[in-house]
Amino acid sequence: MTNAMQSDYILETVHVTKQFGGLTAVKDLSIQVPKKSIYSVIGPNGAGKTTFFNCITGFYKVTSGDIILDGESIVGLRPDIIVKKGISRTYQNIRLFSNLTALENVMVGHHVRMKAGWFGAVFNTPATRREEAETRKLAMELLEFVGLKGFEHELATNLPYGMQRRLEIARALASEPKLLLLDEPTAGMNPSETEEMTAFIDNLRKELGITVLLIEHDMRVVMTISDIITVLDYGEKIAEGKPEEVRSNPRVIEAYLGRGAATQHEAQAA
Amino acid sequence: MDKELKFTWKDILKYGAIGGIVSLYVILVGMVEAFDERYIIAETINLGQVTLFVPMFVLAYFAANNARKIKSTAFAIIASALVGLISGAFVAALLVLGTHYNLRSVFLNVSPGLLEILHLGRESMMAAILANLVIGTVVGLAAGLFALVPHRWSNALLTGLAFVLLMGIMQELMSITFGSKDWYKPIGEFIYAKKGLSWGGTALFLVLGILLSLWRSSPSLHPGKKVAKMPRKQRVTVQLVAWALGLIILLALPRILGSYPSEILTTVGIYIIMGLGLNIVVGFAGLLDLGYVAFFAIGAYTVGILTTTGKLATLGWNFWMALPVAIFLAMMAGVLLGIPVLKMRGDYLAIVTLGFGEIIRVLVLSDWLKPYIGGAQGILQIPKPRIGSYVFKGPEQIYYLVLAGILIVGYVAWRLRDARVGRAWKAMREDEDVAEAMGIHLVSTKLMAFATGAAFAGLAGAIFAAKLGSIFPHSFNLIVSINVLSLIIVGGIGSLPGVVVGALILVGMPELLREFADFRMLFYGALLVAMMLVKPEGFVPEKTRQRELHEEPLEPEIAPDTPAQAEI
Amino acid sequence: MLRKFMRNHDTTDIVMWLIGFGLLAAVVYGSYVTLSSGKYAPSVWLDFFIFGLAQGSVYALIALGYTLVYGILFMINFAHGEVFTGGVFTAYFVAIALEKAGFIEKNWVLSLLILMAVAMTVSVIVAVLLERIAYRPLRGAPRLVPLITAIGASFFLQYTYRGIYGSGVKTYPDFPALDGKLHAFGREWPILTTQALVIVVAAIMMVFLYWYVQKTKAGKAMRAVAEDKEAAALMGIDVDRVIVNTFALGGAMAGVAGILYALLFKQVNAFMGFIPGIKAFTAAVLGGIGNVPGAMLGGLFLGIFESLGPSLFLDGLGIPSPYQLKDAIAFTMLVLVLIFRPTGILGERLSEKKA
Repeated sequence: MTNAMQSDYILETVHVTKQFGGLTAVKDLSIQVPKKSIYSVIGPNGAGKTTFFNCITGFYKVTSGDIILDGESIVGLRPDIIVKKGISRTYQNIRLFSNLTALENVMVGHHVRMKAGWFGAVFNTPATRREEAETRKLAMELLEFVGLKGFEHELATNLPYGMQRRLEIARALASEPKLLLLDEPTAGMNPSETEEMTAFIDNLRKELGITVLLIEHDMRVVMTISDIITVLDYGEKIAEGKPEEVRSNPRVIEAYLGRGAATQHEAQAA
Repeated sequence: MDKELKFTWKDILKYGAIGGIVSLYVILVGMVEAFDERYIIAETINLGQVTLFVPMFVLAYFAANNARKIKSTAFAIIASALVGLISGAFVAALLVLGTHYNLRSVFLNVSPGLLEILHLGRESMMAAILANLVIGTVVGLAAGLFALVPHRWSNALLTGLAFVLLMGIMQELMSITFGSKDWYKPIGEFIYAKKGLSWGGTALFLVLGILLSLWRSSPSLHPGKKVAKMPRKQRVTVQLVAWALGLIILLALPRILGSYPSEILTTVGIYIIMGLGLNIVVGFAGLLDLGYVAFFAIGAYTVGILTTTGKLATLGWNFWMALPVAIFLAMMAGVLLGIPVLKMRGDYLAIVTLGFGEIIRVLVLSDWLKPYIGGAQGILQIPKPRIGSYVFKGPEQIYYLVLAGILIVGYVAWRLRDARVGRAWKAMREDEDVAEAMGIHLVSTKLMAFATGAAFAGLAGAIFAAKLGSIFPHSFNLIVSINVLSLIIVGGIGSLPGVVVGALILVGMPELLREFADFRMLFYGALLVAMMLVKPEGFVPEKTRQRELHEEPLEPEIAPDTPAQAEI
Repeated sequence: MLRKFMRNHDTTDIVMWLIGFGLLAAVVYGSYVTLSSGKYAPSVWLDFFIFGLAQGSVYALIALGYTLVYGILFMINFAHGEVFTGGVFTAYFVAIALEKAGFIEKNWVLSLLILMAVAMTVSVIVAVLLERIAYRPLRGAPRLVPLITAIGASFFLQYTYRGIYGSGVKTYPDFPALDGKLHAFGREWPILTTQALVIVVAAIMMVFLYWYVQKTKAGKAMRAVAEDKEAAALMGIDVDRVIVNTFALGGAMAGVAGILYALLFKQVNAFMGFIPGIKAFTAAVLGGIGNVPGAMLGGLFLGIFESLGPSLFLDGLGIPSPYQLKDAIAFTMLVLVLIFRPTGILGERLSEKKA
């Protein structure tokens, strides 16, 4: 199907479909995510966005279609293998390890890049010690990067909401991903927090060179930082393109606001 | 539900009834009579009476506490007194009924002996009834006053009383352990009378307990905090010294205490080893294994079969050669057990592991395997371990074997906890799906938890076989698994020091209080329920756990491949 | 194609399949040996079968308690075996009294009904107390907590019974009217009267339960709560009350099961609930947890399998005293079901959301 040559796209989904019994949550979805871009997936509630994410990370097995990460097909692989290949994510409802500290959460994120096992742990070999120290250092740096310096030893569950969101991102970054999936990162935030988060996401690709695939409801965020937007409705792609194009697409408006709003918009534009 | 805002006469009745029912329960189940002989304070108060009146006290305490928040202090005191009265009435009722009707054919423990106890020293029935009512009221009143006193003092008083209780119970143990020592005799005569504490001893321990509690609760004097404030170098030195001292004491313990307490300590120690193992499976990895005893059995039987010189002799190895085999076989069993349950949810996991434990038990007892492992007759003539000319023949020597085991196992558990593996376990415990999404290979991580836990149990079993010199199937039943589970829960799931505390309490106490043995499982069961209701993180919480269990529950887990959870 | 297979299943699955088929092969082989040796006459097999049916009926009734509670709360009521014990053990004393008064001889039907009423009452009380004291406060707690509580409650109850009633084994009085083989419609049937009675009574209870759950308002409320607790609450259903009802219903079934058990096996003691409890749970899972007809079917199947098993395949495999291992058969079956068909024969009936 695809040969493993270098492509410009970090992620390609090819006719991905996900069915749950009779319900088709994602239908024939094909997208191409350019490297180092910020690619947003938007759509009304129930459009299949998170399901799509779950398919990419391997949590769900796709009913049909292919998913290609940096030239390599990853469809059907186990989630822990996919992480190794370089995809990492955050969750719509924050899913931190509540009873672990912030530091431990991030260190777990780095698990996939570590090698130490039982033997190294018990016998405290120099290699293990070094790896632990490095991981710890990385975790501390990531925590500082997301602005959680000083909170390393707080239990994740005790952190305020905004910090938890950032912690989740730090954890996701710890696995050194090529592609970061953010599922509604600004949910529940007030405008100033949202602004911070938006700038932060934008910064991610500048400082770390990773690609961000974003699910968002806040249109300002989406319009501000996205390079490309795909709009889903009932599991299907109904529009795709740059923010300006998508914004004025009548089908998109209709999907969000209903038929009446679309015609009204057309009338206004006329 | 705004029941909280009211406290009426009905509530008093409710508390009183509950107090009465619990007192009746304690009587009917046989505790009051069984404990009657053990005197706490000589000639005055015995454990049976304590058991009888504590429920009333507790209920009256709660009544007063709740009443005080809603109504006045005076009302609270009256309420508590009434609660005590009502509870006493229940007991009096039982006394009357028991005297006139033969309740014994149904309720085994309503014996003449019990009825006499319930007479509370009075001759006539009327006087006895009155005595019950009065004492109930007094107990209730005391509880009420107790509730009104500021916390610091009531805690102190409680500690003092607990100390008195403990020392009273321990009288026999003390005399067995130290009785022959010259330095003990005058002390012993001072604190103890023939049966129970003397008044002097009572006063002494009461005061000591109060002082101890006050010292701990006053922030400025608290030793732990003082240490934490020291500069790093000093702090580390203090800690090292403390550890070294502790180690020296541990090593010297059997010499100091003699063989009976050492025997108890070895049993406690074996349970600590198992507890540390199960702590990894349940505490770190969150897998509720109820068949843990199976690995213990495998360790013990392996050593038994390989080393025995009796009827079933096979290879006649010595202990040290059999030990690694025992651990290895237990580990293999752990993996074998782990494989089928990899994908199971918590409840199912528990039942299936329980099933495995039972299968092993049935097999071990069966005639089918009897020619190899002895069936109900067990394996005899298991030789003691020896190093050169030193034979681990008695409890005082086995103690060192156990201690070594604990140190090794404790070290391994500690190292694993703070390493990548331990984090992976904890992550898996918290949220399996996300852990997998972090790159944690669930299968191998789970199997490693099972294998490690099983290995520890195997070690414990091996030492157990060596300690007893013979093993029988009836030592390897579900109760052992439940014991181990109980002690890690009481101590604190996931907490390493908690295991030690839990073992000391749950395994040590019953050894001290022989009458208690009959009620041990009863107590464990109630304790498990109570702990879950009140203090699920245990007495020495893994620092993290305490917060979780007292807060709002998290979102329900997402089950894979169901549309409702897709969060679309 | 092999690659696709390897992707979907890993090594552990293969190991499991191997073990499963190994066991299956052992069963088939053992049965073949036994049957071809002709060691047991057909009438003996019939006896085993009927015994299994009777025993299975008891399991089925107990299993209903597990399945109903799991359907609503997604927890295994570990202490359900003790609910069972409470009823039948307490009824024992009434039975003795009835026997002394000669009542059992005079009117066995009424005696039996009285005993069932007593057992049901006590079982229901135990079940409801369990819910109220141990389970309700912990409804939102993380998974491990209610499970441990249930285990603790189970042990607490067992030893309470032992403490209050004593550790001895008590024997239920005989029901002379039920001795021997069944005489009905003018001929003798190859089934013991007690067995026939047990099967019939159990069947009646199961039909009643099915009707209750399907047709009555209370039953519909139960199904609604099992389906979606929040939605049910929003529709005005008192969820707490429904939950109590569920426990009570399971308790009632267990109470009747207790008397039937006493008729079959005669002996009761404080710990009698443990093994039947686990077996009944196995039956519930076998049939599909949360699934009422499934529990019934599972119980019957397990009872028959356990009765036939030792003679059928264990004997053929050359295992001495095969009956010692009959409990192991039930446990092994549990493990196998949970591995190969965790949703049970008739499939799980659970709501989409977990508790």
